[in-house]
Amino acid sequence: MNGGDVTSSSAATSGPPPSLDWRFSQVFGERTAGEEVQEVDIISAIEFDKSGDHLATGDRGGRVVLFERTDTRDHGGSRRDLEQTDYAVRHPEFRYKTEFQSHEPEFDYLKSLEIEEKINKIRWCQPANGALFLLSTNDKTIKYWKVQEKKIKKISEMNIDPSKAESSSSPPQLVANGLPADKAHGYLSNDFSFPPGGIPSLRLPVVVTSQETNLVARCRRVYAHAHDYHINSISNSSDGETFISADDLRVNLWNLEISNQSFNIVDVKPTNMEDLTEVITSAEFHPIHCNMLAYSSSKGSIRLIDMRQSALCDSHTKLFEEPEAPGSRSFFTEIIASISDIKFSKDGRYILSRDYMTLKLWDINMDSGPVASYQVHEHLRPRLCDLYENDSIFDKFECCLSGDGLRVATGSYSNLFRVFGASQGSTEAATLEASKNPMRRQIQTPARPSRSIGSMTRVVRRGSESPGTEANGNAYDFTTKLLHMAWHPTENSIACAAANSLYMYYA
Amino acid sequence: MAMVDEPLYPIAVLIDELKNDDIQLRLNSIRRLSTIARALGEERTRKELIPFLSENSDDDDEVLLAMAEELGVFIPFVGGIEYAHVLLPPLESLCTVEETCVREKALDSLCKIGSQMRETDLVDSFVPLVKRLAAGEWFAARVSACGIFHVAYQGCTDVLKTELRSTYSLLCQDDMPMVRRAAASNLGKFATTVESTYLIAEIMTMFDDLTKDDQDSVRLLAVEGCAALGKLLEPQDCVARILPVIVNFSQDKSWRVRYMVANQLYELCEAVGPDCTKTDLVPAYVRLLRDNEAEVRIAAAGKVTKFCRLLNPELAIQHILPCVKELSSDSSQHVRSALASVIMGMAPILGKDSTIEHLLPIFLSLLKDEFPDVRLNIISKLDQVNQVIGIDLLSQSLLPAIVELAEDRHWRVRLAIIEYVPLLASQLGIGFFDDKLGALCMQWLQDKVYSIREAAANNLKRLAEEFGPEWAMQHLVPQVLDMVNNPHYLHRMMVLRAISLMAPVMGSEITCSKFLPVVVEASKDRVPNIKFNVAKLLQSLIPIVDQSVVDKTIRQCLVDLSEDPDVDVRYFANQALNSIDGTTAAQS
Repeated sequence: MNGGDVTSSSAATSGPPPSLDWRFSQVFGERTAGEEVQEVDIISAIEFDKSGDHLATGDRGGRVVLFERTDTRDHGGSRRDLEQTDYAVRHPEFRYKTEFQSHEPEFDYLKSLEIEEKINKIRWCQPANGALFLLSTNDKTIKYWKVQEKKIKKISEMNIDPSKAESSSSPPQLVANGLPADKAHGYLSNDFSFPPGGIPSLRLPVVVTSQETNLVARCRRVYAHAHDYHINSISNSSDGETFISADDLRVNLWNLEISNQSFNIVDVKPTNMEDLTEVITSAEFHPIHCNMLAYSSSKGSIRLIDMRQSALCDSHTKLFEEPEAPGSRSFFTEIIASISDIKFSKDGRYILSRDYMTLKLWDINMDSGPVASYQVHEHLRPRLCDLYENDSIFDKFECCLSGDGLRVATGSYSNLFRVFGASQGSTEAATLEASKNPMRRQIQTPARPSRSIGSMTRVVRRGSESPGTEANGNAYDFTTKLLHMAWHPTENSIACAAANSLYMYYA
Repeated sequence: MAMVDEPLYPIAVLIDELKNDDIQLRLNSIRRLSTIARALGEERTRKELIPFLSENSDDDDEVLLAMAEELGVFIPFVGGIEYAHVLLPPLESLCTVEETCVREKALDSLCKIGSQMRETDLVDSFVPLVKRLAAGEWFAARVSACGIFHVAYQGCTDVLKTELRSTYSLLCQDDMPMVRRAAASNLGKFATTVESTYLIAEIMTMFDDLTKDDQDSVRLLAVEGCAALGKLLEPQDCVARILPVIVNFSQDKSWRVRYMVANQLYELCEAVGPDCTKTDLVPAYVRLLRDNEAEVRIAAAGKVTKFCRLLNPELAIQHILPCVKELSSDSSQHVRSALASVIMGMAPILGKDSTIEHLLPIFLSLLKDEFPDVRLNIISKLDQVNQVIGIDLLSQSLLPAIVELAEDRHWRVRLAIIEYVPLLASQLGIGFFDDKLGALCMQWLQDKVYSIREAAANNLKRLAEEFGPEWAMQHLVPQVLDMVNNPHYLHRMMVLRAISLMAPVMGSEITCSKFLPVVVEASKDRVPNIKFNVAKLLQSLIPIVDQSVVDKTIRQCLVDLSEDPDVDVRYFANQALNSIDGTTAAQS
């Protein structure tokens, strides 16, 4: 069950897996009725680590909160046995682990610009020596954090009683390192002779390690001053030593250990800013090949680049674009084509992209068009004008793939999110609400079987049949939007953010 | 709490501060670990201090780094070589921290200690340490392990050696790319200690695996191993095993791998010998010089002279020179700049006639390059060509290039060319300098940018040194002294600066007859800044001129200044007066 790859599963002849039955698992920071959400508490980033044992969220107040998995972490007995005997009832459960202030609001005096503390993205790095490592970024600055349990240590015995050393009756006042203020440095110099057996009256401080531990988050490195525009993505390379950061016009490559220089690998800034037609919206490294990365643009294209080809990768290796349907062009065409997020599948074969209206799944070996597209917001098409007026049309929804690559998910308005089956022939399409009762708004009409268009037999369009009017007749609430979500890397478990609350579901 | 005798008080505090809350104090204590060890004596150092330090590996990186360094030279403090093994545990735990620089320092120290240990101790304690690290749960330990195999391997039993080799081979196939990278970059070092029978059978297999790694980042470190391994192998093995790999790498898909080849090719040629260089590596090098990626061409162009030195002139002219011609008009300025920085060195290799025929046109075109760095690089190496063909052939193109650089709008470019003026002057000779460069040198004294004016003043001093005081008296001093009436006080100040630099070179007589009157005149300037600079300058002239001049002229001038309305002028004047009194007192 562990990260089976998409190719084998989608090529399976035994038909699509059954639809999942989603259940509520947990909520952190649930809003009580009538409680007003503080702006700083709104979650702005969610990320599971590679093992799925940890989850991190970032918020607009610049904080990072870590959660750890509780259900499979029985250190005593054999974990595998427990999993096998108990498998059916087990689903990932998390508990609060720690939190820390990652970013603070800043002011750029040279540009007269306020820099928000809001966490735009979090990415986990390779753990080492039992400590967790992660990267967090706001608009301008990336930080590398180490979170470690430290045993509390107390020093119990010293040569000099600190209380006496303070008092006036004690020997002459001391400066640092035991040099008496009134004596020359030479006092402890090498010609000071110690008896051959040492001085027995001296002792080393005795350190008592208590069983108590506390978690300490320390900022190890700060990668700053490399972005003129707002950072929208960071992504680790599979080589374990580099990562990229992308802003509107550039992608930079960093070494985790070197914070004072980065290499610009993509630069789409035109010489004349008036010629600017397209910006970078998201970028991600290939999960296996350290030389490949993909970035998406506001024009709806995804570019795959191979860093082996040249140092400055302004020319892409592959371009994934869906040809515009003739005659359908309107004022909104370009706005809604903008891709807000891309994600590689775990095996690196597929790229999932989210634009305002749809989710699209691309096979990186097929650049003629997506292998599947899923209608998420088709019912909003008549209301694009309103959405433009209230700026909702610029909302950036994230998307995610399940670890086995069989399903994809993305968020929507009214705290709804949608899960689609991505394997061939699957008709699975669920709409869930981020609440304790996720099925409340489940639309009764099942999604119709896929309707192929053109010659692409594998292209499926699903979900568009969902009625525009919502199940309970209410209009969509554009102020409550579910932008951020993440799928557990190995299990069918989803974490999603509704304002300040983190909801977790399993199936 | 023990109360310590007063004489021991400082050392007691030093020990206590190993655990102070202030990192600076901890750091200071760690830096003086040898003092602490001597105070405790060898036995307690072994039994108490070292275990204490082993427990300390959760301290700040700076402290750990200092600790790793100190422990490397700690053998005398624990009782000599036979106790060296007690130092291994604290260093082992430092080898597992995630901060690379701490690990590297700990490895350095481990290597130092391991190379001094007795063979039995090596087997009993060092080899198990290597094995523990290599089997470490976290990648940091396994990365560290790769760096000390070469120490452990020497002096091992055959059984252990076999085990170590197979452990290393496992590290070469580790899941973590970081570990494979460490294995790749240390393979050459390890191979130097391995017996030649196993070199082909085992080490080369590991090498082959690494060269085929999926990860770019691993393969490119394997390139570095090529040269090191090649030197260990017999020439025929090297040709059979290493050469195909190099040729393959030089056509690798990844530009970073090709870049590494371009950087290393020179050493690789040495490894495979001249015949294969001719038949296989010259074509490979030519490909790299014509690579699509500018970074690769930069690396290749920078090695062109070194590479030509390995070839005979005919081959160089036949194969390399056409590429050099292309590179001299490369689209990337950095490629041209890299080429310009080494191309002058080809002149001695090709000899006079070929240089004039082939290289001269390239020099001339690079001297006219639009990018200042390219021109500067050519000018900086002028002496190498001068020895071969003389400067005359170049001088016509040289002058416009120099003038243009001298007036470049970027002050750093102007600064760079000023630095080369003494070199140019010595190569071009006095005559050329007088005609062409003299005026420029004066012009720089009035540059808008302070750094340029300062460099120009310094340049005058170096010219005076080069051509002697007499020449300077004729060609520099009058022009400089003319400037003293410049309406801009900053320019007048530059005259003072130039005088202070040139006076020691020009000697007492000229200083008294030419400089001193000007300086005394300047002491009546209306700008206080000039006046206190006069005071400072006079102070610097005291050791140069005769005592009589000091007493007659300088002291009077300073006394006047010391009554100036401006406080700073008075301050510096008094300081100078004090220094006169000081020297007088010392003499009397």
